[in-house]
Amino acid sequence: MSKNDRPTDIGINRTGIALSPLDGPRMTEGATATAPSSAGSARDAAVLRFRYAVEAGEIGHMPPPLSLRGVAGAAASLLKGQKGNVLLDKLGERLAFERTGVRLYDGLILKLEASGSWSGGPTLEDLVAFRADEARHFEWMVEAMTALGADATAMTPSADLTAVESVGVLQVISDPRTGLAQALHAQQLAELADVAGWDLLAMLAESLGHGELAAQCRLALAQENLHAASVARWLKAHAETAAHGELARAS
Amino acid sequence: MSLDITKERGTPLERQKFTWKEIAGEPYSKLDDDAFTRVRQILMHGVEQEACRLKHFAARFCPDLRLPLARVRRVEHLQATMVNWLMPGDQSPLETTIGFEQVAIEVTAHVASVEPDPYMAQVYRFGLLEDFDHLYRYAALMDRLCGKDANNILQSYTDVMPGRPTSVEHRAPEDDLRRHYEKTQAAPLTKIHAALITGSEWQTRDYYLTIGPTFADPVARQLYAEIAAIEEQHVTQYEALSDPSETWLEKWLLQEATEVYAYWSCYSQEQNPRIKQIWERFLSYELGHLRLVRELMEEVEKRDPAELLPAEFPDPLSFRSHREFVRQTLTEEVLLRARGFDIVPPDLESPASLAYREQLNASGSPSELVAAGYRWKPGTELTDRRVREAEFVSLVQEEAAQ
Ligand SMILES: [Fe+2]
Ligand SMILES: [Fe+2]
Ligand SMILES: [Fe+2]
Ligand SMILES: [Fe+2]
Ligand SMILES: [Fe+2]
Repeated sequence: MSKNDRPTDIGINRTGIALSPLDGPRMTEGATATAPSSAGSARDAAVLRFRYAVEAGEIGHMPPPLSLRGVAGAAASLLKGQKGNVLLDKLGERLAFERTGVRLYDGLILKLEASGSWSGGPTLEDLVAFRADEARHFEWMVEAMTALGADATAMTPSADLTAVESVGVLQVISDPRTGLAQALHAQQLAELADVAGWDLLAMLAESLGHGELAAQCRLALAQENLHAASVARWLKAHAETAAHGELARAS
Repeated sequence: MSLDITKERGTPLERQKFTWKEIAGEPYSKLDDDAFTRVRQILMHGVEQEACRLKHFAARFCPDLRLPLARVRRVEHLQATMVNWLMPGDQSPLETTIGFEQVAIEVTAHVASVEPDPYMAQVYRFGLLEDFDHLYRYAALMDRLCGKDANNILQSYTDVMPGRPTSVEHRAPEDDLRRHYEKTQAAPLTKIHAALITGSEWQTRDYYLTIGPTFADPVARQLYAEIAAIEEQHVTQYEALSDPSETWLEKWLLQEATEVYAYWSCYSQEQNPRIKQIWERFLSYELGHLRLVRELMEEVEKRDPAELLPAEFPDPLSFRSHREFVRQTLTEEVLLRARGFDIVPPDLESPASLAYREQLNASGSPSELVAAGYRWKPGTELTDRRVREAEFVSLVQEEAAQ
């Protein structure tokens, strides 16, 4: 049996309260009848969070610049000061996200090989091609950072956070119990973030006068738009096929 | 149903083998499996951790036992791993935490209700009401931080409401010690209960210390720090119940008997056939450990281990909801406090504990804060229109107004 038709099968999910006709009402009755040990609301915790937010330091900072020797004169002047760091932080973010994107596609390819696709779903060639796109985007970012005299192996603050943001995507894709459609649903988050990430970076590069870099970002953006649209199309085809009970035949 | 532990020989140690594929086998389903499958998994990991821990301490004091301890401990370690690896990857640390408190409540409630020694039973009821409160605090955190319902994990077996408030559970160390059983007089079940609950509380302490700092939210970080401190007190309380004059071999023997009893209990009630097989296999491993320690005792201490063991176990641990027992205990004993070895009325609390608590809570109580005005509702408190549509008030403006 292909895992692609499993998720919506009726099984014995026990998480809902309706599954406990005797215990469920007792839970509710008990909780309603017992007074909280202190007055207030969720706002009390918000006040503490507010205090911490006001007092907290930062997650981390940009590394000190490498020597600007070897960096072409025009590029070097463009990189000086705060603007340079904003750009490098975002380049670092794209670099990290695209590098992880390659690994996400490794996971998706494995899923497809293990559980097959469906009519209107991805082919192996689709996924292999998208993986190659992510790998190329990563390579471009390494080149861009190096050309600007930055250390492409450093984890910038945005790179760090983007990895924290996508922890769940990796968790879903790497779980052997999820099917390809479930994994692609996770990947959809990554692709939408990819689109937004390249869009922002193209704008930033342009406004800081890095015309060539901006053009490269727009090329990547076009490819990511294709990724996002393809994933959305595959998922819609899956949902439709599943809803009509035709998945077994399709896979 | 009963288990004759003198007749059952179990799997010999040299045949207790594992592969990585088995150890990292398929986990249970968070959605489909019964909550008590998770309860058993968490409990047994705690028991196996205790089996390893005890053997490490024994090895530090007993040079002659080091080799047999190392041999059996290696198996305990791999058992611990295999049992813990039954946890699925889609179960978040906070969801697992809800499971930990459900274990503490339901297993301690069972133990308190069948414990033959009335003093010990009172101590278990005392601790029970504290873990009961932890569940309520964590459920509030899960609701208000993550927008998730703790009952997806509890499956309606365990109530979510305040117990003895966590904020008043902080006590001076001298008020966490308890009287121990006398090894020559105590029932074997009394000794097994102490080993079982001590192991379970210790793993809870360790778990909260490990995962607490993986949260980014400061309220969660404070709450885990606070409840970990109570679990440390619980370990202090429960380990005090065992007779310190027991020899290392006696303690070892009791630990193996505890493992036999616990796996047998799991095996007798498991509904997931694949996991039931694991309980059966490990029951047989533990019978093998028990036999090995019995032989060691005859050889080293020249005594008959049968004096220390029950001929057969009574009823298994009951993995079911103890709602009525817990509610009754709550009604009758929630106000009790501890002073020295005794459980006392609130007006007899020690000045030392009051001072200790006042100091710790001086900058606010995380457990009160997280559950301020909180009532659990099926589907989270956001199902309540008054909560959902509460008027927005800016913290900055409020701050400025003050
Ligand atoms: Fe992409
Ligand atoms: Fe064991
Ligand atoms: Fe607890
Ligand atoms: Fe506890
Ligand atoms: Fe053992």
